[in-house]
Amino acid sequence: MWLYAARRILLAIPIALGVTVICFGLVYLAPGDPVQTLLPPDATQADVAYLKQVYGFDKPIPIQYLKWLSRAATGDLGTSIQTNRPVLTEVTRALSHTLIVSVGAVIVAFPLAFMLGTLAAFYVGRAPDRLATGISVIGVSVPNYWLGIVLIIVFAVQLRVLPATGMGPEGSDSFDVTRWAQLKYAILPVITTATVPLGIIMRSTRAAVAEILTQDFIQTLHAKGLGRIAVLRHAVRNALPQVLAVMGLQFGYLVGGSILIETIFTWPGTGFLMSKAILTRDIPLLQGAMLILALCFVAINLAVDLLQTTIDPRIKRG
Amino acid sequence: MTDATIQASLQTGAEEKLPQAIARSYWRTVGRRLRYDYVTLFFILAIALIALAAIFAPLVAPFDPNKTSMLYRLKPMGYKGFLLGTDELGRDMLSRLIYGGRMSLMMGLAPVVLATSIGGMLGVVAGFAGGWVNMLIMRTMDVFYAFPSVLLAVAISGTMGGGVANGLVALTLVFIPPLCRVSEAATTQIRSRDFVEAARASGASTLSIIFYHILRNVLAPVFIYASSLISVSILLAAGLSFLGLGVEPPTADWGLMLSTLRQSIYVQPLICALPGVAIFIASLSFNLVSDGLRQAMDIRA
Repeated sequence: MWLYAARRILLAIPIALGVTVICFGLVYLAPGDPVQTLLPPDATQADVAYLKQVYGFDKPIPIQYLKWLSRAATGDLGTSIQTNRPVLTEVTRALSHTLIVSVGAVIVAFPLAFMLGTLAAFYVGRAPDRLATGISVIGVSVPNYWLGIVLIIVFAVQLRVLPATGMGPEGSDSFDVTRWAQLKYAILPVITTATVPLGIIMRSTRAAVAEILTQDFIQTLHAKGLGRIAVLRHAVRNALPQVLAVMGLQFGYLVGGSILIETIFTWPGTGFLMSKAILTRDIPLLQGAMLILALCFVAINLAVDLLQTTIDPRIKRG
Repeated sequence: MTDATIQASLQTGAEEKLPQAIARSYWRTVGRRLRYDYVTLFFILAIALIALAAIFAPLVAPFDPNKTSMLYRLKPMGYKGFLLGTDELGRDMLSRLIYGGRMSLMMGLAPVVLATSIGGMLGVVAGFAGGWVNMLIMRTMDVFYAFPSVLLAVAISGTMGGGVANGLVALTLVFIPPLCRVSEAATTQIRSRDFVEAARASGASTLSIIFYHILRNVLAPVFIYASSLISVSILLAAGLSFLGLGVEPPTADWGLMLSTLRQSIYVQPLICALPGVAIFIASLSFNLVSDGLRQAMDIRA
């Protein structure tokens, strides 16, 4: 297993490098000269010359990439055009806010989805299954940015029980999830974020458990005289690694794909940061945010993969 | 016709009927299954209606979707012939929703079709060639997999700047890797099957093996997978417009309408939710039809 883990970690390195190549290339996608893209419109000639020299924009592109990479490796992702602060500090600060919502959504959606999916597999083809399948289809089809607006309309505009946007008057940096006055700002974003993973995890749990329930060893367990619930427990245990992989992927999507929901709730996370960066054409910030989020995604997937190997004795990869 | 030939034809007829009754052709089985799947049929009808309304929008829409009116801003449903009310510039909501369907359907279908042809082809090449070609193509795809799809779409169209064309490119790029993976997996599986071996042994050229044997078998799983991406594409495209990255005003588009109407939720909450309902219905329909087709075609991909 250790061999497999080591190999899996080694395999993640080229992926991470590939991610940096794409993020680096992003600047060249922007219309116009990359130097102009990376600097504010009112930059002086000295600024332009400095940037050219530091990033080596007069050199061939591979050299530029290496220069950019070595700076990025030391944590220098450039400066935000809008706020003039280092991109890295901006992004890491926002990331902590994004994590509040995504971890919240994990707590809300993952256990519920797992239970409902198992229930659906247990009653396959019958009423609970239809209900669970229906919920999951709605969960994956509903535009969650619209659901966010609807929730704001219902709970903030009509019922006035929850705040509509933001993180509260006390500011985002002293956010304390144990205090209701602050926690209530997170409720609507969390519910909105939870819908898509709820649908997807429910669906894959149902598929995995139902598949295992058709296998021969389940027949054996029945023949042995085990009760239906005990048999189901065996099936769930066997389905767990597969479901875990889907959960990991979904968690990664929550962290990396928060832009629409954060824009609606003006939740100052990475997604909101990116949508601001797009509006103000702050390309260094956009690039830095993309790089850090993608690297998080790679790391989460790696962690889940390793976790899967430790809990599933059947996997003897390597 | 003599008695003998009638006898003969009856006999052969009877003989032909027997195996037919047992082994129906694949597509007839699929058709039969679909005919009794009322949910799928219902949502196929829903898609057809949305598509027809979008195509014949000038005939169906009661008003000009871009005609503004300062007098009739944000009126409720049913106000003076505006069946679904008016938006913040006094334009008829129903007409804008009908016209908006054009953009949403286009942005749902076009990126998926483009990505299917590009990604599917790349996958077939990778799967068939194997070796370092496979390595090169599939590892490149792995890198794109390292981005959540929303992030990739937003980052690409965000840097390139808004507009329909850039949104189209961004979405296509997002969908190429998964489609490539599906078609590569199917190709690798089919490539080692006996009938391909037999074709090669009987002297078929590589190209004809690809076209006659591989493509036909890869098409079904790729098609089903692609059909499940249409709803994702509709949601993502509307999301891009919502962020101001897709369609530019005053074009009617569900995502853009949702975004501009967001300012008015305190005045006309019901009207502001309408574009989202349209997106939801379209995405739900495509999702359920894709599920129904997958079941009818008996594909597990």
